[in-house]
Amino acid sequence: MSQTFLGMPSLPVHGEGNIHATEPFPAAARRELGNAQLRANLGHATRTIRDKRLKVVAELPDWEQLREAGSTIKQNVMARLPELLEQFEENFTARGGTIHWARDAAEANATVAALVREQGVDEVVKVKSMATQEIGLNEYLEEQGIAAFETDLAELIVQLDHDKPSHILVPAIHKNRTEVRDIFLREMPGVDPALTDDPARLADAARTHLRRKFLTAKVAVSGANFALADSGTLAVVESEGNGRMCLTLPETLITVMGIEKLLPAWQDLEVFMQLLPRSSTGERMNPYTSLWTGVAEGDGPRNVHLVLLDNGRSAALADEMGRSALHCIRCSACMNVCPVYERTGGHAYGSTYPGPIGAILSPLLTGIESEDNSTLPYASSLCGACYDACPVKINIPDILVHLRGQDVDSKRGKGKLPSQMDAAMQAASWALSSGRRLGLAEKALPLGRLAAGPDRKITSLPGIAAGWTQSRDIPAPPAESFRAWWRREHGKESGHGQGPGHPTGQGPAEGKP
Amino acid sequence: MNARDEILGRVRAALRDAPAAPEPARAYRRTSGMTEEARIELLVDRLVDYKAQVWVVDPGQVAERIAELLAGTGECIVPAGFNPAWLPADSGETVPRMRTDAPEGPLTLAELDAAGAVLTASAAAVAQTGTIILDGSPGQGRRAISLVPDRHICVVEAAHIAELLPEALARLDGTRPITMISGPSATSDIELERVEGVHGPRNLEVVVVRSPVG
Repeated sequence: MSQTFLGMPSLPVHGEGNIHATEPFPAAARRELGNAQLRANLGHATRTIRDKRLKVVAELPDWEQLREAGSTIKQNVMARLPELLEQFEENFTARGGTIHWARDAAEANATVAALVREQGVDEVVKVKSMATQEIGLNEYLEEQGIAAFETDLAELIVQLDHDKPSHILVPAIHKNRTEVRDIFLREMPGVDPALTDDPARLADAARTHLRRKFLTAKVAVSGANFALADSGTLAVVESEGNGRMCLTLPETLITVMGIEKLLPAWQDLEVFMQLLPRSSTGERMNPYTSLWTGVAEGDGPRNVHLVLLDNGRSAALADEMGRSALHCIRCSACMNVCPVYERTGGHAYGSTYPGPIGAILSPLLTGIESEDNSTLPYASSLCGACYDACPVKINIPDILVHLRGQDVDSKRGKGKLPSQMDAAMQAASWALSSGRRLGLAEKALPLGRLAAGPDRKITSLPGIAAGWTQSRDIPAPPAESFRAWWRREHGKESGHGQGPGHPTGQGPAEGKP
Repeated sequence: MNARDEILGRVRAALRDAPAAPEPARAYRRTSGMTEEARIELLVDRLVDYKAQVWVVDPGQVAERIAELLAGTGECIVPAGFNPAWLPADSGETVPRMRTDAPEGPLTLAELDAAGAVLTASAAAVAQTGTIILDGSPGQGRRAISLVPDRHICVVEAAHIAELLPEALARLDGTRPITMISGPSATSDIELERVEGVHGPRNLEVVVVRSPVG
């Protein structure tokens, strides 16, 4: 088989679907920040989950060893992906499952719709799945006259409200209990008009609403959290039992999964089933995990399908610096700790994947040239909280910086990067590469003081530098540079620019001594 | 070119730099020295934390305990292969009708939905996480029976309880249809506060059976 691939084009093929931001992040963030209710809801929810996560993570003496295991297993998977995909396919097929490969969102959608039609039905029940969000499956099925019923409580809330998810684990995190009650009262057929905003009552209303659907559905659509190459086993991790309903009761099960979700072997599950629940819902273990291997005689669906989705993953894999973003297990810990996400919420990121992981994953899947996604790597203060929280140790800040570099490079020469920026960078490079030149540049400091005026603040810079002063003032520069001060104070005894206590060639790194 | 070959070709092209494939670093805990008593205590603590009800009994007390739990219940589903020594003696009045679900005569979904409870055995349990694992072996039944009834009574044998997840998974055949259960159905979808009871059984009752003495 491998001969077939000789001479394959090596240009990465990027993904499509709901992974493109539809406006630049700063504009979207500005709008979302105006919503005080949203900020209050998010602040409450992310604080709750952060505390829970810290508590259950602290319980495990071997947490760091588990993270290291998770990271090395995923590196191993990415390096061996072609071989593992073929191994998985062979095992899944041998157990009675059918595999469909999908190059992009459109191909995956068309495959699912054809499989649904084959069963002669016009509705499906769905388990929450990021992959189907990413490809816009529900919208596509609706166009095709097939109704998709979301069964996860938060997805149901979002679907009933004709809204979009804003968090990968809790898509309705931006809604508080009263808003949820109002949505149910407005949109849920046959709901008890005396429904209160007690979360237990709301969960009960969802149970009643979906019970009949579960017991009569012929076709279910799911995602998958893990796929084990050595056995062809798929896993879905969930809480409510809606997953078990969809994976067990219908005759036909169609799963859509990204090609990066593989794990080499059964044993690897022992690592990820410890990392995922603690990182996502802050529980020692999620209430339900289902594992199935093809078709099981007398137990569960008779027709078991899997759509293996590329949609830009191979392009992300081709980026040596960025490929570890594919290690992501969709736990959402990074967004729960992110100071930017906590304030803007998930909608500001535009893509199915919000928060720090979305800020790297979306542009990696679409390519940095995708206009509005090029703003996502800047949606971060680079504080590093996401890296600390990530259960598989994805170095998100490093990849953000890498993608910023890609963005600048991609705009250079296309006339999109202001030539002033290039000129300024070249000037800085010239000045900073020699002490003598820096000294010359520093002679201009008094000019800055003049510009700052009596309040000693520079409030607007000219040209592209105006971006810097748009939301902050620059304090007036000091009357004298540090180097000039040092010469004046210590010039006599050091002679060669070396102060007492500092080894040869090394001045103080910061501040005044 | 078909989608399969094209995707595999893209993935191979993406890996032209031949990145290293490190061996997984397995320095985390994989074995435990906990006594049976300590494992039972930890499992009970974790299950109770997730709002399951738990009883710890000696081998001879299982049937009696289950009879008490089922008193007043309508119909109870029991899978083929369930240990008959654990079934309540049929006293005629207080004990509900037990209906067997067997591969040769599976009950309908409507019948499962109408049942008051389901009674199953289990394949393994993890004390550290409060997890019970069913793998569809005789006595545990197909997945639907422990899902549709609103009340699941599950028998866990002490010898099947591991402290750690790696120990429990090592005992299982991953190609069987497996369900891992940690407490009753729950959701954290509204304001990230956990609420028990959504689509799966809202009541999980666990009978832990100590190993026979000697």
